[in-house]
Amino acid sequence: MFHLKDRDLAKKIVEDIKKKNLNLRFMHVCGTHQDTLVKNGLDVLFRECGIEIRQGPGCPVCITTPKEIEKIMLLARKGKIIASFGDMINVPGEKESLRDLKGEGCDIRTVYSIEDGVNIAEENRDRDVIFMAVGFETTAPSTASVILADPPPNFSILSCHRMIPPALKAILEMGEIRIDGFIEPGHVSTIIGTEPYEFLSEDYKIPQVIAGFEPIDLLMSVWMLVKQVEKGEAIVENEYTRAVKKEGNLKAQKMLREVFEKEDAKWRGFPVIPGSKMKLKKKFEEHDAEKIFEDELYEIDEKEFSEPEGCRCGEVLRGLIRSEECPLFGKRCIPSHPVGPCMVSIEGSCNIEYRYGRRNSDYSNSP
Amino acid sequence: MCLSVPAKIMKIEDEDHAIVDYGDGTSRRINISLVDVRDGDYVLVHAGFAIQVMDKEEVKATLEAFKEMVEGLNVSFKG
Repeated sequence: MFHLKDRDLAKKIVEDIKKKNLNLRFMHVCGTHQDTLVKNGLDVLFRECGIEIRQGPGCPVCITTPKEIEKIMLLARKGKIIASFGDMINVPGEKESLRDLKGEGCDIRTVYSIEDGVNIAEENRDRDVIFMAVGFETTAPSTASVILADPPPNFSILSCHRMIPPALKAILEMGEIRIDGFIEPGHVSTIIGTEPYEFLSEDYKIPQVIAGFEPIDLLMSVWMLVKQVEKGEAIVENEYTRAVKKEGNLKAQKMLREVFEKEDAKWRGFPVIPGSKMKLKKKFEEHDAEKIFEDELYEIDEKEFSEPEGCRCGEVLRGLIRSEECPLFGKRCIPSHPVGPCMVSIEGSCNIEYRYGRRNSDYSNSP
Repeated sequence: MCLSVPAKIMKIEDEDHAIVDYGDGTSRRINISLVDVRDGDYVLVHAGFAIQVMDKEEVKATLEAFKEMVEGLNVSFKG
């Protein structure tokens, strides 16, 4: 009902970009963008036009740390009910995943929405139910709404919610890779609006375009970025106007402010990113699994967890390498036997690359 | 994770919930506490929650604006 298509326009955009003889690298941070790019062969098309597009840390499941996963698994092993989105269940912590624990008899429930988790808590008043709260600004408001709606006392969350703008800043600050522009995530932006990206363009002179998810959206967004580069501009433009308002979703933002506070946190593959995690405020600590089970989780907090041996998800998430540059990709690491999170999640770039059967593509045209 | 799907509000059940139609014959009860909506509005649904109201008119306007931009007219898309 909201599909956007125009073959002639798409052709014009491609023709215009093709004749420019470009050598640019853009980054997006959204699994759905990656899906659109790979499914439609747009990434290859762009590469032929001299534009390489990397995914970056745009997969909430992928950037959740082994420590956070070990925490939820410890609570599962202690006999508590764990409610989680499907993707998260398959991501290995240090060794095992929640799915492995389910096989061992732990009570792990896959849910579609945090409200399903609340319902499980209502039906099991004598047991603790913990929701594994992963997701960026798109998902965190649903958690905030549920917390504000006074859920049952046996319901708590393990907040792993993260914010996108601090991660974009971290990528630029680290400076490991040249990036000529950001394709910003449309659905995160429906919540936060356009303003939270502006400091990046001002401070780092980086062009940014908030993009929708149809092929034409990505073609148009890349074209808009190219135009900015050509003009020597660095501003935030909004291509996805049918869903993203300048101010974002004010109601959702108010709930986020009411429920969460910012915390410095590690992301998988990254060092600590300042102010990037959404932690429950003290007044909601009766629903904060970190607080309620503080004594049990202490042993995990004290430990350091290593990445799976040979796994290069960290470099994939920082945009340094493409999935197929990892020696495990498509060999020891496949969706049915994933080694790292980027192969687990349907929004992970390795999973997307593998799923569309592009294991042996010729990538020699990259800039 | 951030996958969101457009749907039409068919019936508001209570302050926080509504039945939506995804346009392919499937309907579902979702949470509408993050948005202000009326019957007939289109929303983006993510993980069981409406996260934003969509502007149906904007779809057509978007394509028109794109065409103007690509054809060299000076249309600003800033913020």
